[in-house]
Amino acid sequence: MPTESPAFKIRNASFPLFVLHVQTAQMETFTQQMRAHVAQAPEFFAGAPVALALDGDALPDFADLAAFMREIGLPLVGLVGGSPAQRDAARAAGLGLLPEKPARARAARAQPADGEQTTPAVEPAASPDQAEAAIGDDARTPAAQPVAEVGETPAAVGLGPRGALVIDKPVRAGQRIHAEGCDLVVLAIVNAGAELIADGDIHVYAPLRGRALAGARGNTAARIYAQAMEAELVAIAGYYLVFEQGVPQEARGKPAQVYLDGERVSLSPLRPLR
Amino acid sequence: MAKVIVVTSGKGGVGKTTTSASFSSGLALRGNRTVVIDFDVGLRNLDLIMGCERRVVFDIVNVIHGEAALSRALIKDKHCDNLFVLPASQTRDKEALTLDGVQRIIDELKESFDYIVCDSPAGIEHGAYSAMYFADEALVVTNPEVSSVRDSDRILGILAAKSRRAVEGREPVKEHLLVTRYNPTRVAAGEMLSVDDIQEILRIPLLGVIPESEAVLQASNAGTPAIHLEKSDVAEAYKDVVARFMGEDVPMRFVTAEKVGLFKRLFGGR
Repeated sequence: MPTESPAFKIRNASFPLFVLHVQTAQMETFTQQMRAHVAQAPEFFAGAPVALALDGDALPDFADLAAFMREIGLPLVGLVGGSPAQRDAARAAGLGLLPEKPARARAARAQPADGEQTTPAVEPAASPDQAEAAIGDDARTPAAQPVAEVGETPAAVGLGPRGALVIDKPVRAGQRIHAEGCDLVVLAIVNAGAELIADGDIHVYAPLRGRALAGARGNTAARIYAQAMEAELVAIAGYYLVFEQGVPQEARGKPAQVYLDGERVSLSPLRPLR
Repeated sequence: MAKVIVVTSGKGGVGKTTTSASFSSGLALRGNRTVVIDFDVGLRNLDLIMGCERRVVFDIVNVIHGEAALSRALIKDKHCDNLFVLPASQTRDKEALTLDGVQRIIDELKESFDYIVCDSPAGIEHGAYSAMYFADEALVVTNPEVSSVRDSDRILGILAAKSRRAVEGREPVKEHLLVTRYNPTRVAAGEMLSVDDIQEILRIPLLGVIPESEAVLQASNAGTPAIHLEKSDVAEAYKDVVARFMGEDVPMRFVTAEKVGLFKRLFGGR
């Protein structure tokens, strides 16, 4: 064979990652509390990869810990920071090694050049609110933080398997689409009685006539974009807006966006910002 | 290869059974070996509309339970030689329709028929589900009003997600829109949705438009599928539907209000 097609390619991508801070040396106490915590929201944690951060110079049995985490459905992918001894032990147990601090994620969307007021500056993809919403009352447990950032290359168009969930068929009454941990892009009509939910943004390149809930896990920077806004209800991070009298005239049936302005859900027609 | 076609709508009273009867008759009139199955267990109606209610001895539930052979439950239609009816049971509930049982029946019917038309009950419950599950194509029957369109939208969503073709990841069920009880005059007056309005929401290909007509009621009461009514617009419309389904290019009729000309006004229409 003269040339072989490449068997793989490596892409730069960034995903939110939980960091698990272990604050006890008592394995039993830890496993007990961890199990209880996961049991509260098994759906939420299902399969989420977790990075481990250790307090002080504790040296747990990494193999044991990794096995336990796999069992409860939160596989350990690596160790964040740590002493040389901890890092050696982690490497020996087959864990990856991550730097002490995540690389600072660039703002996901650039601000308009003139910094117009109607377009509030947007926080990086994983805002503190998101971490809070995810963890609830226990602020000492994992925080969602991006660990790497997306390369600013043309290849970033295909953001990898979790860049966005793309739906190219009509979303009909009674159907519900949930884009977990990513954006949702719908290329076909979303009819009345249908429901779109995304942890990130929602884009609809067709009439949006159903309900759309963006930032479902509390990301207040999430937005909804529709080519023809005719929604029944829109929500960002739990703040919602219903249109009993239909979508306001200035945006009805037109390209429009929905975003959170403080605690107020705002709807505005999309106009080129130049 | 035999084709399984479900006639469905979500909403009740829109003309599913009327359509099942006329559509299957139309297929049979064109020489296709056709069987029409009533899935509305507990509320059987198809046999009445086909005028064979007095000949029902065994029904689909008997066949599923192994109490009767399929060949004994099939009733030959009185109008067409190529058409058979598999009636529903009136005394059981819809849970008696198991997917396994329905599959056995459909597989057996596929050996001797070209078209298997499944008349779905209203709703989105078990009966409607078992009628649509094995479908290759679907006639979605819709009336020109908002709630009917919404229910059809719901059914289209279920077809796209829960039919066997969807579950097995095969080519999706082919969808056809059939608008029934259409009254162009009332559409023009803004009292009914237009075909365009309906298509704007449902976005599936239009197979035909059946005009609103009192003849349908008379035909039902007489136990004759509407397609057999001589010189009625309903029969013509159903014949067009069957022709289009068979791949013929037939222009849409009965979609615009007829202008009542002087001649007609003088001598009376209809």
